[in-house]
Amino acid sequence: MTTKRATPRIEVVGVQKVFRSRDGREVVQALRDINLEIFDGEFICILGPSGCGKSTLLNAIAGFSRPTAGRLVANGRVVTAPGPDRAMVFQEYALFPWMTVWDNVAFGLQLACKPKAEIRAKVDALLAKLALTDFRDRFPKDLSGGMKQRVAIARCLALDSPTLLMDEPFGALDALTRRSLQDELLRIWQDFRRTIVFVTHGIDESIYIADRIIVMTYRPGTIKQIVPITLPRPRDPSSPEFNAIERELTRLVMEEQLRHQKDEARATAGH
Amino acid sequence: MNSVTANPSAQTPATTDATAVAASNAQQPPAVATARVSLPWQNAPAKLAQSLAVPLLMLLLWQFISDPRVKEWPLLKHHPALIARLPSAQILPPPTQVLRKWIEYSEPTQPYSAEQGSYVRWLFSGELWDDAFASLQRVVVGFIIGAGLALPLGLFMGASDTVYRFFNPLLQVLRPIPPIAYIPLSILWFGLGNKPAWFLISLGAFFPVLVNTISGVRNVDGIFLRAARNLGARGFTLFWRVILPAATPYILTGARVGIGVAFICVIVAEMVATNNGLGWRITEAREFFWSDKIIAGMISIGLLGLGLDTLMDRLNSYLLRWHRGADAGANN
Repeated sequence: MTTKRATPRIEVVGVQKVFRSRDGREVVQALRDINLEIFDGEFICILGPSGCGKSTLLNAIAGFSRPTAGRLVANGRVVTAPGPDRAMVFQEYALFPWMTVWDNVAFGLQLACKPKAEIRAKVDALLAKLALTDFRDRFPKDLSGGMKQRVAIARCLALDSPTLLMDEPFGALDALTRRSLQDELLRIWQDFRRTIVFVTHGIDESIYIADRIIVMTYRPGTIKQIVPITLPRPRDPSSPEFNAIERELTRLVMEEQLRHQKDEARATAGH
Repeated sequence: MNSVTANPSAQTPATTDATAVAASNAQQPPAVATARVSLPWQNAPAKLAQSLAVPLLMLLLWQFISDPRVKEWPLLKHHPALIARLPSAQILPPPTQVLRKWIEYSEPTQPYSAEQGSYVRWLFSGELWDDAFASLQRVVVGFIIGAGLALPLGLFMGASDTVYRFFNPLLQVLRPIPPIAYIPLSILWFGLGNKPAWFLISLGAFFPVLVNTISGVRNVDGIFLRAARNLGARGFTLFWRVILPAATPYILTGARVGIGVAFICVIVAEMVATNNGLGWRITEAREFFWSDKIIAGMISIGLLGLGLDTLMDRLNSYLLRWHRGADAGANN
C-alpha cells in the first residue's frame, strides 16, 4: 500500500527532550534517543500509556516545542516553528468558536492569501466531502463532538499540507462515533494520499487504522518497538489475526503501563 | 411540566367518527410538542401578575401615605397625631401628582406651528426630551473617549508584558480614585459645561474597559493560539482574527460595566458643572422645592439607564452569538 521513497517525509534523528522545573532542580526526560523515518503516504500510529512522551514527540514534529537535542526534518526542511505544512488536529478540537464552520475551514486559506474564488470552491468541496454542507453557517457550539472533529479535519485538509498530525483526535468521542470517524479518516487518507501521524492510547484503534505502530516506553520515552500492520483494509476487529496483534500489543503497552503505575505509587509515597 | 393542564385539547376524547379518530391520532405527537413549547406563553398572565404585584402594592402604599385626600377620610380625620406623622405632599408627593408633573415635564412648551419644523420634532421639544438627549449625548461622547483610549491600551498591555510593566504601576495608583473625586480638578481645568462632564464620564468608563480588556487578552485559551499558529497565523493577523475575538466576551463585559459607571458620572457631572441634562434638572427642581419634578426626573434617569443597559445587552448577545452562554442569556 505505501510507496517508500528514498527521502522520508518526516525524519527524526536522535531527538531528546528534557523538561526542567523553573528552579532547574527537577528534571523529566520525556524523550530519549528517538530515531524515526516516516515515509510519504504512510499512516503511522504512536502508541503508549500516558506520560510516555507521545504527545511531546508530536508537538516537536509540529514545531510547538523544540527538542533539547537532535534533529527534526519535515517535508525537506528542518522544523523550527509550527507551520501549515504540518497541519494538526487536536483532541480538544480547537475550532475557533467565533467563526462559523465555513470560516473555520477557510481560515488557513485566507491566511495564505489565496484568491477568494479558489477559497470558496475549495471550502465548499471539502464541506461536501465531509457531509458538513448543512452546517456551514453554524457556530462550533452547535455541533456535536464528532462533527467538530470533522470540521477540524476539514480545516487541516484545506491547507493541502502533505502531513497531518493528530493528537488523540477521537479520544473524547463515544465508541460508535469514533469508529465512524476512523472509517472516514481512512477514506480521506486514501483519497487525498496524505502522510498521517496519529497519537493514541487506543490499542484497537491503532491496529484498525495504522500501517505501522510505534510503541513507546514510559519515561524516558523511547521507541520500544515498531509494529507493521499488514492486514488488508477494511480490517475486521473480530478476526483472529487482528486479535493476535492486539494481544501482543497489549502485552507491550501493559509493561509500560505497569512501570507508569509503579512510578506514580512511588511519587505518592515520597510526598 | 404540566402539559396535561396546559393543553386540554390534546386530551379531548375522540368522537365515534372513524376519520376523526384517525385525524386526532395523527395530530397527537405535534399536539404534545406544541403543549410543551407554548407552556411559558400560556403562563404569561400569571407570571405578569407576579412581577407586577410588588410594584403595584408599593405604589398603592405610597399613594395612601402621601395623598392629601386620605387625610380627610373619616377614619383618619379625628386622629391628628396620626395625620401629623404622614409626610406632607411637599416632601413626598403622591404618585399621581408625580405622573402629572412628568407628563407636563415632557410636553412641548410652545403650541405647534408648522413653520417651526416637523410635528415629531415639536412633539419631542419638551424640557424632558432636551434633558434626556443632553445627558445621553454626554454619556455617549464620554464613553467613546474613555473606552476608545482604554481599548487599545488594554490590548497592548494584555499582549505585551513590557507594556504592562510600564503602565501598570501608574494605573494601579489612579484606579482606586473614584471619578467623582476628580470633580474639583475637572472644573478647575475645564471650567463649566460639557468638557468637565466628558472628562469625568470618560474617566468612569476608562478603567472597567481597560481592566477587562487586559484580562481578556491574557486569558485567551492557549489552544486557539496553537491552532492559529499551526494554520499559519502570525503577527497582526493572529492578533486581529484570533486574540481580539477570543477576548471579546471580557471586553464587552468591561464595556457594559463602563457604560454603567459613565451613566453615574453623567448625573454627577450635570449636578455640578452644566445647566441642562437630567442631573442638572433634578438639582434645579430642589431649589424650587418641586419634589414631584425631582422624582419625575429620577424616574427618567432610571428609564434612560435601563434603556442603555438593554441596548448593551442586545449588542452583547449579537456580538457573542457564537458564545456558549449566549442562548441562555437571550431567553431570560
